[in-house]
Amino acid sequence: MTVESTAARKPRRSSKRTSAVKTPAKTSARTPQSSEPELVQLLTPEGERVEHPDYQIDLTAEELRGLYRDMVLTRRFDAEATALQRQGELGLWASLLGQEAAQIGSGRALRDDDYVFPTYREHGVAWCRGVDPTNLLGMFRGVNHGGWDPNTNNFHLYTIVIGSQTLHATGYAMGVAKDGADSAVIAYFGDGASSQGDVAESFTFSAVYNAPVVFFCQNNQWAISEPTEKQTRVPLYQRAQGFGFPGVRVDGNDVLACLAVTRSALERARRGEGPTLVEAFTYRMGAHTTSDDPTKYRADEERASWEAKDPILRLRTYLEKQQAADEAFFTALEEESEALGKRVREAVRAMPDPDRMAIFDHAYADGNPLVDEERAQFAAYQASFAEEGN
Amino acid sequence: MAMEKMSIAKALNESLRKALDTDPKVLIMGEDVGKLGGVFRITDGLQKDFGEDRVIDTPLAESGIVGTAIGLALRGYRPIVEIQFDGFVFPAYDQIVTQLAKMHARALGKIKLPVVVRIPYGGGIGAVEHHSESPEALFAHVAGLKVVSPSNASDAYWMMQQAVQSDDPIIFFEPKRRYWDKGEVETDSIPGPLHRASVARTGSDLTLVAYGPMVKVCLEAAAAAQEEGKSIEVLDLRSMSPIDFDTIQTSVEKTGRLVVVHEAPVFYGSGAEIAARITERCFYHLEAPVLRVGGYHAPYPPARLEDEYLPGLDRVLDAVDRSLAY
Repeated sequence: MTVESTAARKPRRSSKRTSAVKTPAKTSARTPQSSEPELVQLLTPEGERVEHPDYQIDLTAEELRGLYRDMVLTRRFDAEATALQRQGELGLWASLLGQEAAQIGSGRALRDDDYVFPTYREHGVAWCRGVDPTNLLGMFRGVNHGGWDPNTNNFHLYTIVIGSQTLHATGYAMGVAKDGADSAVIAYFGDGASSQGDVAESFTFSAVYNAPVVFFCQNNQWAISEPTEKQTRVPLYQRAQGFGFPGVRVDGNDVLACLAVTRSALERARRGEGPTLVEAFTYRMGAHTTSDDPTKYRADEERASWEAKDPILRLRTYLEKQQAADEAFFTALEEESEALGKRVREAVRAMPDPDRMAIFDHAYADGNPLVDEERAQFAAYQASFAEEGN
Repeated sequence: MAMEKMSIAKALNESLRKALDTDPKVLIMGEDVGKLGGVFRITDGLQKDFGEDRVIDTPLAESGIVGTAIGLALRGYRPIVEIQFDGFVFPAYDQIVTQLAKMHARALGKIKLPVVVRIPYGGGIGAVEHHSESPEALFAHVAGLKVVSPSNASDAYWMMQQAVQSDDPIIFFEPKRRYWDKGEVETDSIPGPLHRASVARTGSDLTLVAYGPMVKVCLEAAAAAQEEGKSIEVLDLRSMSPIDFDTIQTSVEKTGRLVVVHEAPVFYGSGAEIAARITERCFYHLEAPVLRVGGYHAPYPPARLEDEYLPGLDRVLDAVDRSLAY
């Protein structure tokens, strides 16, 4: 497939059509080379609404409350999962604390027919896709490797190997283009994954085939204990330029900006104009997973400085200033949060261990005599204990 | 009945053509597979006839080739990807092992990965480093993958058809030094199952098991042994995962002796697996320990030494003699 042939087959993907949204490339072009380049921001850490020439957004009070609700419930779910790990109910948990705006903003930009390829921390995006949050916990409890059907919500299973899914997203997007569909694909990955060859290869393939894919990098500053400086010498969004597509850096703690920028990138993909790299500049407030200890590798002051940029607090400030939400809303949401926490806690504790024979299930789609033989041996071995017990 | 004599290369080309023709979801992807038709011309003429949308020249990035093929399979396509040479598959090994092999199980069967990975493999063509390796055991060891290798034109034609139709990922090893060997292909007949071994020659004194490029060597060894009055049965394994142990067992119960031959290093190779399983199954039938003939635990040597490294007629016959001497 070539760019030309795609355009020829689907004229409405032609680049002749004038873009309604200004290309994010302009933003990156005028960004100075510095450690903290300009961010697309629509809501300041103080909760002030600001305008950006390339990205406008106009939301109703109800939509704003919806984004707030999504972030609060996602944080509550995440806190519950962390607690469940501490209580021994989960083997591991990868917290998204601090990244709610990046995930809810980008997740709410998606259409139902778009397809999401997450890493293993996209609990907020899963929430936006309608995946029941309790399904996210199976793999962390150790009862499965992903407890949902990817095609029910167009939300692929979590991928543990860093960056692998960016290629799956690109291939899927190539298929979308072949099918003549006007949906888009989004691939999530982190700043650490940006060092992986697969991410670079997915940039190459998506550019060459003009695939309708948005690369959404959540730069949360830390890849386990390694800071971004150990991954890159240039701001990550600038990588895109070398591959021939636009890159844009957005304030990842600003849910409005994440929504606007992702929506723009998705629309660009739908118009047949190819991939975009969105770097959401955010911060992982907790540990990489419950297995590591961030106090060993980063200063407390750093986290404190980012707490002042908290994505949920700033939207709450804005909602209050705008009188877009009253006390009754916040109280009801608090009750809803507690109910969600309780539901998650009960669901995890009630989650049964898988049947022993599940070891052999689904190793192959078309079956395999070796698997059948080993399944039979295993069953006979298990049965021998039952006989001994009698 | 349409019977035609053609090379393995031509049989693969015809088979790929038929696959593209039969199912619009079938795609071919790889480096140089388009205008050039692949470095071995296996995809010759296919892009011309099916277009750049179906026969896709890719960037030079093996992980990217397999990784995007996985994405296309998730979208409902059936990609057949070409890895240019055996030693070049390793950049894609991560995608094959951690994603392609396991995604069906990870999704509890909800998604299927009908991807064929074609790899021209093995030595004997005087190539430079990384162009002569036999990494089949590395793939056969991984649950979720199926690994096959034809040794003749008819199998090349039909096994490719079956691989494309499989809902499991198939690693399809093509014996590159046999590409130009000709054989009869019956293009209308209904073939046996993809993973069944075949009896390439019947005999009563000893069983030789081989696959891919070594089948021919073993048939020549059996013919030479015949002149010395030894009756050797030759099995063409065809599939290295799963392995058709029943066919091997039947043969060994008859002959009492087994020698496994492959180009890959003997150490941890498929011969070890076959020896262990057949020893278990045929302990009271064996007249001699199962012997193995293969490559050494050394990097594949420069081309001027490959005849020393690769099992030839003499090394196979030597193993036959040792087995018969027990």
